[in-house]
Amino acid sequence: MVDRSKGFQIVANLIMIILVLCCIVPFILLVVSSFTKETSLIRYGYSFFPREIDFAAYKYLLVDSTDILRGYAISAFVTVVGTLANLTITTLFAYPLSRRDLPGRGILAFFLFFTMLFNGGLVPSYIMWTQTFHIKNTIAALLFPNLMMGAFYVIMMRTYFTTNIPDAVIEAARIDGAGELRILWQVVLPMSIPIIATLALLVGLNYWNDWLNGLYYISDDKLYSIQVLLNRMLLDVQFLLSNSEAAKTLQQNEDFVLPSTGIRMAVAVMGALPILVVYPFFQKYFVKGIVIGAVKG
Amino acid sequence: MTTKKHNFLKKLKSYLPLYLMMVPGAVYLIINNYIPMTGIVIAFEQFNYGKGMWGSPLIGFKNFEFLFKTKDAWVITRNTLLYNIVFIVLGTVCAIAVAILLNEIRSTRAKKLYQTTILIPFLISIVVVSYLAYAFLSTDSGFINKTILPLFGKEPISWYTTPKYWPYILTLVHIWKGLGYNCIIYYATLVGIDRGYYEAAVIDGANRWQQVVHITLPSLKPTIITLTLMSIGRIFYSDFGLFYQVPMNSGPLLDVTNTIDTYVYRGLMSLNNISMASAAGVYQSLIGFLLVLTANFVVKKLSKENALF
Repeated sequence: MVDRSKGFQIVANLIMIILVLCCIVPFILLVVSSFTKETSLIRYGYSFFPREIDFAAYKYLLVDSTDILRGYAISAFVTVVGTLANLTITTLFAYPLSRRDLPGRGILAFFLFFTMLFNGGLVPSYIMWTQTFHIKNTIAALLFPNLMMGAFYVIMMRTYFTTNIPDAVIEAARIDGAGELRILWQVVLPMSIPIIATLALLVGLNYWNDWLNGLYYISDDKLYSIQVLLNRMLLDVQFLLSNSEAAKTLQQNEDFVLPSTGIRMAVAVMGALPILVVYPFFQKYFVKGIVIGAVKG
Repeated sequence: MTTKKHNFLKKLKSYLPLYLMMVPGAVYLIINNYIPMTGIVIAFEQFNYGKGMWGSPLIGFKNFEFLFKTKDAWVITRNTLLYNIVFIVLGTVCAIAVAILLNEIRSTRAKKLYQTTILIPFLISIVVVSYLAYAFLSTDSGFINKTILPLFGKEPISWYTTPKYWPYILTLVHIWKGLGYNCIIYYATLVGIDRGYYEAAVIDGANRWQQVVHITLPSLKPTIITLTLMSIGRIFYSDFGLFYQVPMNSGPLLDVTNTIDTYVYRGLMSLNNISMASAAGVYQSLIGFLLVLTANFVVKKLSKENALF
């Protein structure tokens, strides 16, 4: 719209600034709390203006305890391996589907699409993964269920191939004697960097943020990724909130140390930090991915 | 005849590498998606881990009878549907309003900054969001109880045990988390609108509001329909983390926070309730499936090009 009135611009900017503040203020509270001294947290609560600053929570997390570092290592491993595996399987499935001449293409596309329409639900999946594949308390639990490949990303990639790779290019490569795998690797993939980068970010984000599979399948604290660790600490708090009798008994036990109020917030900061640091550099791809994902495949 | 058959086989053989590429994906889909579909039989069994999925005795529709006799069935259906309806309507309105506003901002740098920041909540896992909510709402040390309420001379509120606030809190958290995502989708469509329409409208003397109603909203219609259709297809599903973690799995709040997904999870984890949980799961899958088909059918009748399939 072409209205250039100054007053309107000021109002519009003001509203946007308020919205932006709403989006980041909770994170500021989180970060500030994690740097506040425990005694003043207990006395004055979580606050934007700490009365006493202290780094004890971070010292504990990074120096005295190995949980966070192990959590990071597991998260990083799962994210890298999971994303690579996911993209490989997705690409290998999407490329043949993008070929108009493939016999049985419609049936295969339906085979994929149907998984978006109907599912068996949590109970059968849980029973299958635990009773048949025995993934409970293995690293596989963080990789396989519901994360390896989804119809949605395959469709995104297929659509990209059909609209951006001309048939003539593939035909030319075939005449030169290239096999299918070679065509995919040397011709199609180099032309598809944008979609691969975009999907890598979205899939990587899903793996990094996944805590649900940890909740379902992981109870061994040696296998906690950073999100699972965060989740477990939250469950401890929940347990004490809902069960004051148990809380009393636990606190009498000297071996039991409830994560302090500050440490809890520090762990949450550690869980969110890598994404917040990486995000500005990849902002463009995230936006692109969301936009592509929204238009139907 | 034989040459025809021969040709067909030859053709298939030339496509063999392509089919082989699809094997890993197909195997994964069969394991992760199709085998669990057959697991809906559990809903018709008196399930027990020792006998497994195929050995447990069949009991017909008993699980469903038990489920629908409980008050839970009504509560989880009501909560799932009502929250989703509010989320769809409010989420769409907010996202469109912000997208239009964003499009009006003249400074490209400010625009980019706004766009980048409002997407941040979308990138953060719901567990971290639960911590954020806890920092505000904790009874003993929350920002609201310790700083805001004393400012007005009010008594602290025990947020995690008072159900009446939670419909608002959950809606707020959901909109907060999803706003950037939906806004970007609408914004991308807005940017694509031909500016000539607006220039012509200004010449005809249309004010800003008239431009929004007569140019912007009609241009957004296909996007609104597609996104709403997708949400309606998922109206029987809920964000487990939002309804389980953000309210801290608090018992007193169950009446307003229990949805089909949290019910199924709780049933699955308390071993004696697996059959009911799977009955609720099947109820969710079937109605969800019917809803996608119906929604798509209706849209197909109204405007064919907006249908999903």
